[in-house]
Amino acid sequence: MTAASQSAPALPTDWRDFFALTKPRVMSLVIFTGLCGLLAAPVPVNPVLGFTAILCIAVGAGGSAALNMWWEADLDAQMKRTAARPLPAGRMAPESARDFGLVLSFFSVLMMAVGVGYLAAAVLAFSIFYYAVIYTIWLKPRTPQNIVIGGGAGAFPPMIGWIAATGDITLMPILLFAIIFFWTPPHFWALALFVETDYAKAGIPMMPVVAGRHSTRRQILVYAVLLVPLAMLPFWIAGAGVVYGASALVLSAIFLVLALRVAVFRQGVGETDMGPEKRLFAFSVFYLFALFAALVADRWIMGPYA
Amino acid sequence: MTKFPEDPETERKRIIKQRNLILGGLLGAMVVLFYFISIARIGG
Repeated sequence: MTAASQSAPALPTDWRDFFALTKPRVMSLVIFTGLCGLLAAPVPVNPVLGFTAILCIAVGAGGSAALNMWWEADLDAQMKRTAARPLPAGRMAPESARDFGLVLSFFSVLMMAVGVGYLAAAVLAFSIFYYAVIYTIWLKPRTPQNIVIGGGAGAFPPMIGWIAATGDITLMPILLFAIIFFWTPPHFWALALFVETDYAKAGIPMMPVVAGRHSTRRQILVYAVLLVPLAMLPFWIAGAGVVYGASALVLSAIFLVLALRVAVFRQGVGETDMGPEKRLFAFSVFYLFALFAALVADRWIMGPYA
Repeated sequence: MTKFPEDPETERKRIIKQRNLILGGLLGAMVVLFYFISIARIGG
């Protein structure tokens, strides 16, 4: 722990700092993908139970984010992007963040079990454990494949949303999980390429730090190539209709072209010019929103499939 | 107009009051939500 985070704050912690612990911007993507999983499921969902499921997914994500910030306070203090967070800035006692994370996590799973269903609650509990323990504590500081493994944590929400609606695990929610899992490495490695020095300073074995830029760019391309057929699979197995299929094809093709510009076609772009990486990162955020929006639009326009 | 810094004790009370209000609001919302969950589940 840093000296700042060890000293007890003079004033009680403001509620805004507790809110910041939940990583609200990440949560917006979690809520969106969870909602898409819920709405794309081929069964009608009671609005109250649907709302409860999304609330539990969001609160669970907030709880695991708080646990992540509690554990990584030292690392956060070393990076410009994260140094102003409540713990490294010394505005909150570490125990408060830990307890807040535990309470949110426990409460989200309990409410999911009581209000929605045991299977959805079990998957939610596992997703919190996966992010807070398997990813944050165990693997992130140990392997440059940390982002690949961490992708699993972000991939759970649409799966939980689908299970909350249907009460069952079928191929479609597994595919939704896989799409986010394979989308995460090119998304984060593109970011890591242009904030490389910050991660290196904190000693986190991010791929560009350990394997170098060239290898990272090649691996970005590998995942982008794999993402094309994977994004098309829901259409090929008749789990989604032509609205989704056409959207997935166009979006994945653009993603692939941008990844090719990062990894192969860099003529006229210097090694240190991160323009292609920034464009890929920006598009990757849009890609995920658009792909899942297309899935829901398809479900409403074309009717249920899987 | 110059804004003078708040007295630490006043600020302490303000922060605690805000936190209590938010916590109370959240608990109230939970009661309402559990009521509607019960209705939804009983309704099938």
